[in-house]
Amino acid sequence: MMKNLNLLWFKEKFFSTPLNAFLTISIIYLGFITIPPLANWIFFDATFIGSKKSDCVSGGACWVFVNVWFERFIYGLYPAEEIWRINLAFGILAASILVYNFANQKIRKYILIFLFGVFPFISLFLFHGGALGLPVVDTREWGGLFLTLVISVFAIIFCFPLGIILAMGRRSTLPVFKYFSIGFIEFWRGVPLITVLFMAGVMFPLFLPAGSNLDKLIRVIIAITLFEAAYMAEVVRGGLQAITRGQYDAAKSLGMGYWKSHFFIILPQALKIVIPGITNTFIALFKDTPLVFVVGLLEILGMINLAKTNPNWLGLATEGYVFAAFVYWAFCFWMSRYSLKLENRLKTSN
Amino acid sequence: MKKALKLICGFSIFAFLLASCGGDSSKNNTLEATKKQGFVKCGVSQGLPGFSNADEAGKWSGIDVDVCRAVAAAVLGDASKVKYTPLSAKERFTALQAGDIDVLSRNTTWTLERDAGIGLTFVGVNFYDGQGFMVRKNSGITSVNGLNNTKVCTNTGTTTELNMRDFFKSKGFSYEPVVFEKADEVVAAYDSGRCDTYTTDKSGLAAQRTKMKNPDEHVVLPETISKEPLGPVVREGDSAWEDVVRWSLNVMIEAEEYGVTSKNIDSMMSTENPAIQRIIGAEGSKTGEGLGLDNKWSYRIIKQVGNYGEIYEKHVGANTPIALPRKGSANASWRNGGALYAPPVR
Repeated sequence: MMKNLNLLWFKEKFFSTPLNAFLTISIIYLGFITIPPLANWIFFDATFIGSKKSDCVSGGACWVFVNVWFERFIYGLYPAEEIWRINLAFGILAASILVYNFANQKIRKYILIFLFGVFPFISLFLFHGGALGLPVVDTREWGGLFLTLVISVFAIIFCFPLGIILAMGRRSTLPVFKYFSIGFIEFWRGVPLITVLFMAGVMFPLFLPAGSNLDKLIRVIIAITLFEAAYMAEVVRGGLQAITRGQYDAAKSLGMGYWKSHFFIILPQALKIVIPGITNTFIALFKDTPLVFVVGLLEILGMINLAKTNPNWLGLATEGYVFAAFVYWAFCFWMSRYSLKLENRLKTSN
Repeated sequence: MKKALKLICGFSIFAFLLASCGGDSSKNNTLEATKKQGFVKCGVSQGLPGFSNADEAGKWSGIDVDVCRAVAAAVLGDASKVKYTPLSAKERFTALQAGDIDVLSRNTTWTLERDAGIGLTFVGVNFYDGQGFMVRKNSGITSVNGLNNTKVCTNTGTTTELNMRDFFKSKGFSYEPVVFEKADEVVAAYDSGRCDTYTTDKSGLAAQRTKMKNPDEHVVLPETISKEPLGPVVREGDSAWEDVVRWSLNVMIEAEEYGVTSKNIDSMMSTENPAIQRIIGAEGSKTGEGLGLDNKWSYRIIKQVGNYGEIYEKHVGANTPIALPRKGSANASWRNGGALYAPPVR
């Protein structure tokens, strides 16, 4: 009886019409001809253990390449004896997030203050060094996934508040503030990121007086921040517009001014609505970071490029790109899941 | 709002703090600045096989890298005192002009426009590149004169394509071009047998060869049909630094000519040949005076980095995966019919 029901369900879901039956069979066939060779290449024929290219003789993927270069892909050209500093900083970050998840509301507040107010400076000090006996590690030696994260985390932290201010500015009744915001947003949304990075990396130093120079990484982070802030502003504006007039009036009738009403009434609701949009912008930002290759910064994809052009490892581009795709996917998927969790937690209606 | 403002203020303060830490050097006296800071600021590529590349331990090596190492050995006494900045092709000249780097050693072709036009000075040539052809060994073709009636694979829209057209026109050969957008596509097409020959810069040919299914079945023809002299670049108007970089390169070429290597240099200390005495900085030679260096500068270069032949063999020679033949090419010493010639160290 049960078996029959299953069969019926199966038939109804996959073979209800001739077209559906055809699609089902085609998809099964497509999977049949693509998945086994792919699985063979990735797992069964692949070489995992070894130390050089010639160890890969099995015909499948040569994961030895990723294995040997793993430390470079993660830390870039950061000096090996200083890598503990990166690990320590990310360890502190992971620990605070862990504590945050288990702590009560009061402690959470302090952790947030620490994460946004203190941690960026601690981590930058650890990465860059230059005092307390830590040798300086120039940003030119930063690279790999570490650099990808530095760029995206700082750009995310800074573009978010800037985006909110711009969104409020665009809806402001003060003409100076309003037209400045509109001009800013339209300008930065109108130019391609690669051009912005090129200007920041290549042209900007020419405008500075001789002898003064802003570190290239800082220039790049500022450029990405301004660029993404324009997108963030439009996302947040969408949220602000979705808040009904009644909310503004209610805030006013309680005697709240512009800032108070925005910070306690309007923004918390608006931001909650646009969480998917914000996540979208963050994910886009994260995936835009490989463009810093045009200004010579070797983030994870740049390091893979460097590795695949090493004379002893030529011809292993595919393995490198598959690895990069996996890393990017893992981070983006985590961001998407996290935003979903946040959305559910903040759900107040019904 | 307050928090956001605080963050922005904090960031800009931090930005200026960091800015004050890095990148500042007096542009007109690079030699003194380099001695003071204790390292050579060297601009390299983002990865070019045999020229500048990092290994899995993060250590840079290659023909271009060794120019910077030689400068560091001469000026600072230690070839490892170099800080490398990977640069994209577009930003390399600005990075040099802005003082982010002091030597640009990044497979840069020496042309009139670059030398005269944009405030740069080329100090010499450390590799004569140029367009060449690769064929299958079993095709029986041993020189470009055998390329009549062939199918030629190459990249589209580059000078490579133009050079190829000029070459076949001047020879009066007929040919069929097969062009692709990306280097990897060209390699795949050639490897699958769609063309008889594949043309691009020779150093590129050699590197692409290792990607073939059976690299040993292919050979690069000896002739070169275009000129791409690659060399280190410095800023214009700093002749002291320019001289140091130029002679760091020259002394490696000269050392090879006189048979001085990193291995035999110590045993050459008692030589009677005055030319070798000068190269190795033996008693009484005063080669360092004019350069603002001590007289052992050349000894340290050859001892720590090697002569030109050693460098060539180590990075692109027959025993490397790139295996670029030196004999018969412009990179051979002028004594062997090549173009490699250094003014005397005297």
